[in-house]
Amino acid sequence: MKFIDVVQFAAASLRGSRTRTLLMILAMSIGVASVVVLTALGEGARRYVVNQFSSLGTNLIIIFPGRTETAGIGPGMLLGQIPRELSLDDAQALLRSPAIARIAPLTIGTSQISQNALNREVVVLGSTSEMLKVRHMSMALGQFLPAGDVHSSESVCVLGSKIRRELFAQESGIGSWVRLGDRRFRVIGVLSSQGVSMGFNTDEIVIIPVASAHMLFNTSGLFRILVEAKSRDGIAAAKHDAEQILTERHQGERDVTVVTQDAVLATFDRILRALTLAVGGIAAISLAVAGVLIMNVMLIAVSQRVKEIGLLKALGAPAAQIRKLFFAEAVLLSGIGSVAGLILGEIGVLAIGKLYPALPVIAPWWAVLAAITTSLGTGILFSVWPARRAARLDPVRALAGR
Amino acid sequence: MIALSKVSRSFQVGDQQVAALRDIKLNIAAGDYVSIMGPSGSGKSTLLNLIGLLDRPSSGIYRLDGGNVTDLDDQQQAKVRSEKIGFVFQSFHLVPRLSAAMNIELPLILAGIPPAERRARVTELLENYGLTDRADHRPDQLSGGQRQRVAIARATSMHPAVLLADEPTGNLDQTTGKEVINLLEKLVEQNVALIVVTHDPAVGGRARRQLHMVDGKITDELGSRLRGNDDQ
Repeated sequence: MKFIDVVQFAAASLRGSRTRTLLMILAMSIGVASVVVLTALGEGARRYVVNQFSSLGTNLIIIFPGRTETAGIGPGMLLGQIPRELSLDDAQALLRSPAIARIAPLTIGTSQISQNALNREVVVLGSTSEMLKVRHMSMALGQFLPAGDVHSSESVCVLGSKIRRELFAQESGIGSWVRLGDRRFRVIGVLSSQGVSMGFNTDEIVIIPVASAHMLFNTSGLFRILVEAKSRDGIAAAKHDAEQILTERHQGERDVTVVTQDAVLATFDRILRALTLAVGGIAAISLAVAGVLIMNVMLIAVSQRVKEIGLLKALGAPAAQIRKLFFAEAVLLSGIGSVAGLILGEIGVLAIGKLYPALPVIAPWWAVLAAITTSLGTGILFSVWPARRAARLDPVRALAGR
Repeated sequence: MIALSKVSRSFQVGDQQVAALRDIKLNIAAGDYVSIMGPSGSGKSTLLNLIGLLDRPSSGIYRLDGGNVTDLDDQQQAKVRSEKIGFVFQSFHLVPRLSAAMNIELPLILAGIPPAERRARVTELLENYGLTDRADHRPDQLSGGQRQRVAIARATSMHPAVLLADEPTGNLDQTTGKEVINLLEKLVEQNVALIVVTHDPAVGGRARRQLHMVDGKITDELGSRLRGNDDQ
C-alpha cells in the first residue's frame, strides 16, 4: 500500500465520523493554543522586565545611602539614626576604580516649574553631564548638561519632552527661562520622548546640574549614584571597588548599599522563566489529556469498525498494514490539531499584543516546538495500543462483527 | 489447485474442544464450481474460512497452487489472499463511507497498484457489472443486488484464482439472487474456481460439484464421479 493511499484512507475514515473528528481536533488545538498563549504571556512578562532594566542603562550599578539590602527598614532607622549621606565627592572618588567607566550622581526632588502664566509640579533630577550616557537617554533638541566642575551650580536645565510641550507648545523653548522654585533656569535642551522606564517617566522630568539641585532643595546628600562598569565582566570588580572606596571614605564603616542591575535582572529573569515554564507545563497537561482522548476515540473507532477491519484482512491487508492505517489516522488527527492550535494560539497572541501593546508577547520557539512535539507525541503514543488492537483482531470473528 | 489433506479444525468452547472439521480431504481444480451445503454448525463456513486463509487448520496440510500455505505467517497469508482469493459475503461487507468505485478499488489500493492502473480496472469492472452510473453512490444508496454486484466486482478486481462466496444470495430476493448467481457462474467460465456455501438447494444444486457436510465431515459428493477427479 502506497504512503499517499494510507494517508487518503485515514483521511477518508476521519471524514466518515465528522463530529468526532472535529471535537478531537478542537481538544488538541485548545491544548496546543493554551501552551502557545500562556508561554507567550510569561515570556512577554520576562521580556518586559528585561527591557525595562536595560533601558535604565547597561552594566549599571546603583549605590544608595544606608545599609539596607533591599528597600526595607534598616536597624539604624529603628534607632532613629539617619544613614550618613553620600556626598558629591564620594561620587567623584569612585572614578579612581579602573573598573568603573563613568558615574552619574543623582539628587531628586519635586518643585513647581513655571513659565509665563503656566506652571506645574515636576520631578527635578540633579545630575551631571554623564547622566545622558549612563542612563542611555537621548536628546531631541539642544544639548544636555555641560561637562565641567560638578560643584558649579549653573542655572541651566534640560526638559522632558512632555514638560516642553506643556510649557512651550509649538516653540522649541531652547534659550528661554523657566522658574523652578525660587530660582531661574535657562533651557538648554529637550530630552527625546522615551516613555516610562521603571516607573519613571522621563518625559515629565526636568534635569539640572547636581550642585544647583542641592541649592534648590537645600541639601547636600545624593539620592543615588549610578555607576557604569567598563564591561559586563567588570561589574563584580566595580561593585567591590565601589564598596571599598566608600568604606574608606566613611571611616571604615560600610554604610552604603550597592546593587547591581545584573543581579536584580537575573533574579527577575529566573522567577519569570520559572513562571513561564510552570504555566506552560500546566497547559501541556491539557495536551496529555487530549492524547488520552485520542486514544479513547481510536479505541471506539476500532470497536465500531471491527467488520471493516475483518474485511480489510480478507482483502489482503496484513496486520502491519491495519496498524499503519489506524496509526496514520491518529497522527493525522493530532497533526491537524497541532496546526489548528498553533494558528489559534498565534491569533490569541496577536490579540493580547493588540490589547496590551506594552507587553512584548511572542511565543518562544521552544514552547512552540514543545507544544507540537507533545501533541504529536501523545497522539502517536496513545494510538499505538488501539492500532495494535485492531491489527490483532481475528478476521473470521471480525467479519462476523464480534 | 486447492488440496486439503487430513485437515481438522477444533475450537475451544468453555473447557471443551469442539471439532468443527474432521479429517477433511478435498481437491478443487481451477475452473471448478463447487457448492457446500449442510445444516448450521456442520462446519461449512469454517471450511470456507480455511480455504480463504482467514483461519488456520488445527492439523493437516493445505496446499494452494502447489505450495504449502498451512504455516505461512500473517504477511505471507495476506499476500496470498490479496493475489489469489476473492470473497463474497452474505452481508456484502462494503465500507459504508466509501463510494461503490472506492469499494471496488480497495483491494487494488491495499495491493499497492499504481493509481492509473487502478482507475482503468475500476472503470472496466463498473462497466462489466453495470454499475457505471452508480460509481459515486455510497452503499446505503444502492439496492441489495447492486451492493452484491459491487462486492463481486471488488472480489474479482485482483483477478483471483479462487472465489469464495458465503451465502451470496442470503440477503437477496429470488430474482436478484439469480442474477448474482449468474454473475458468479460467468467467472467459472473464466477458469476461476468458485466455491459457494449455501443453505439454498436451488443455489447449491446448480454447482457441478455438490458437497454435503454433516458434523465437520464431507458426507456426500454429487457430480464428482461424473468429472472423475475424486482421487486427484
